[in-house]
Amino acid sequence: MKTDKNTKSVTDAQNQKTCFFSRWFTKILSSGFTASLFAIILGLLTGLIILLVANPGQAVSGFFMIMFGAWSEGLKSIGMTFYYATPIICTGLAVGFAFKTGLFNIGATGQFTMGAFAAVIVGTSCSFLGSAQWIVGLLAAVVAGALWALLPGLLKAFLNVHEVISSIMMNYIGMYLVNYTVSNVPILYNQLTNSSAQISDTAVIPKFGMDKIFAGSAVNAGFIIAVLVAILMHVILNKTTFGFELRAVGFNRNASKYAGINEKKSITLSMTIAGALAGLGGGLLFLGSLGKHIEVVDVLASEGFDGISVALLGLSTPLGILFAALFIAYIKQGGFYLQLYEFSKEIIDIIIAVIIYFSAFSLFVRGAIKRYLSYKKEKAEAAAGSMGVSGSTSNSIGAGKAGNGSTGNSIAGAGKAGNDESKGGSV
Amino acid sequence: MNTVYFLVQQTMLFTIPLLIVALGGMFSERSGVVNIALEGIMTMGAFTSILFVKFTEGFMSGQLQLLLAIIVAGATGMLFSMLHAFASINMKADQTISGTALNMFAPAFAIFVARQVQANHVQQIDFENTFRIVKVPGLSSIPFIGKLFFSNVYLTTYIGFAILIISAFVLYKTRFGLRLRACGEHPQAADSLGINVYKIRYSGVMISGMLGGIGGLVFILPISTNFNATVSGYGFLALAVLIFGQWKPARILTAALFFGFMNTIAAAYSGIPFLASMHIPSYFYKMVPYIATLIVLTFTSKKSQAPKASGIPYDKGMR
Repeated sequence: MKTDKNTKSVTDAQNQKTCFFSRWFTKILSSGFTASLFAIILGLLTGLIILLVANPGQAVSGFFMIMFGAWSEGLKSIGMTFYYATPIICTGLAVGFAFKTGLFNIGATGQFTMGAFAAVIVGTSCSFLGSAQWIVGLLAAVVAGALWALLPGLLKAFLNVHEVISSIMMNYIGMYLVNYTVSNVPILYNQLTNSSAQISDTAVIPKFGMDKIFAGSAVNAGFIIAVLVAILMHVILNKTTFGFELRAVGFNRNASKYAGINEKKSITLSMTIAGALAGLGGGLLFLGSLGKHIEVVDVLASEGFDGISVALLGLSTPLGILFAALFIAYIKQGGFYLQLYEFSKEIIDIIIAVIIYFSAFSLFVRGAIKRYLSYKKEKAEAAAGSMGVSGSTSNSIGAGKAGNGSTGNSIAGAGKAGNDESKGGSV
Repeated sequence: MNTVYFLVQQTMLFTIPLLIVALGGMFSERSGVVNIALEGIMTMGAFTSILFVKFTEGFMSGQLQLLLAIIVAGATGMLFSMLHAFASINMKADQTISGTALNMFAPAFAIFVARQVQANHVQQIDFENTFRIVKVPGLSSIPFIGKLFFSNVYLTTYIGFAILIISAFVLYKTRFGLRLRACGEHPQAADSLGINVYKIRYSGVMISGMLGGIGGLVFILPISTNFNATVSGYGFLALAVLIFGQWKPARILTAALFFGFMNTIAAAYSGIPFLASMHIPSYFYKMVPYIATLIVLTFTSKKSQAPKASGIPYDKGMR
């Protein structure tokens, strides 16, 4: 509703004259950003309504806790937000990167788990590496994650096995494999806590002064690494031929094949890189502090699924994912404090699910705004056109015809562009 | 011989939910909407119906309670799936995304509400299992078959087979079934013949929601005495069954039996003397259904007969 009003005022301005500012505004309005904002607002509203239904007395203060709880302990809370954001930046990139190639990597969970597993193996049993241990641990995590995604990638590229199903299967296989190995290899296992053993001190990712700035929080250099990786992915996707090829395959697999792109290679590589990113996330989380252990329970790691939310909310662009991860870590932080008001923190998951649901409308919202704007523009142009040709009758008829023709054409053009868009967006 | 009886009875417990949910998925996909939300729909159906079972415990006989619970589950699933239908049909949303959103919503919602409505504020809902039929009167005295299919069963097993027969009939022998299949293969052509594609697709998704919800209940009820906001990936397994079953009722039954058997081995290998004596770690058996799925998909996906328009939003303007 609100957007409509904005749109109206913008297009009114356009009627006067098309200036740079309004064009810029149009671009922002019809971009994915508005659609994501729309989804976030609806998601938060749903959360508020559920809180009101559950317990009207506490609902408003609870809602403020969700919104601003992550600030409640100052720099420490911000540091914790960064800490929680670190793994989901990686898993978000893992999902988003594969999205760009038209693949839905629901297997980020399994890749994350395998990465964590490899990192913990190095962290517990390779203390001879000294100060390089954490680096080797992270590399092992990257490789393990990549390998775990390689199989679904190959199956998709060469045998047309749907990557959603195959990577879900890989999730469960990975989880059971890790649980089995951890609980059966003495050096990895801590029987008292039924979880993986303590990693050695040299395996912990250094702080790089992050603990000084955000005193009391668990944030470490892992956050910096995750941010750098996001930027790197942005460059790869948008500034290199390789990234262009990946995106081309995502837009239209057959057309890219026709254009000479090895689409099988692209699919396999995209999936493998996605796996490497998710694996890195596992490494960053489990080498991030001494207190993190792989627990031997038959539950899939939630970070992988959070990655899906992050990628969808961030519109699969690396920089969008960075901010989406921070946002989700932020309201999850709020969710922890929300428990003070005797609400369970699952309300956050509900809000995120609703946000994702409405962000699926993104194409519709963007399309509606775009159509409305172009309709207004056409109308304005048509009006200007008919005013300009107030000469003889025959002339004006001709002009009117031409005008109609052009309007028709440009509408068809807009429609086509919209369709292209929808093809690109849908995976 | 007792092992065989035990195996068949166990296999039924795992097969029936997979069968029902995969048939649900079939209705949705053959109408042209990919329903990855089956997992969430199962969770929601199981949640409301188990809650119903819990609150009506002791008021009525087990079988009547079960029948009512099935209605509750089906209605919940249908309502919940309408969210998916709205997103993917009216809003032309990406069907994988909206399905994923539903999958994320369901367990969170189930935990949140369970904590709110239960006296002790826990997320786990405990219930008493009063639904097992020890012997079907009359039929259970038939030699062999009586022991195989008519003792130690749940009503849900028969309901599952009834759903299979009805589904096959509806899909292949009714006007609605023909229209449904047309909308999944070539909605533009169907539309040009005056079929309301949106309506048919809504029906497809809502049937899948109903069956998905029932499947959730049918999965939890016989094998457990509590519900903890999860159906352990069975919705996804059902999707695999659907693909392996090539979107056809009879083959879906075969696929469901295969996966049901694999799961039986995973869950009950210690009760099978031969397997128990091999001392293979339990984790291996837990992995078996998933590995089997992967292998099976590897061999069947190349010549996949997926409905052609499945997953593509129908746009009247593109006719």
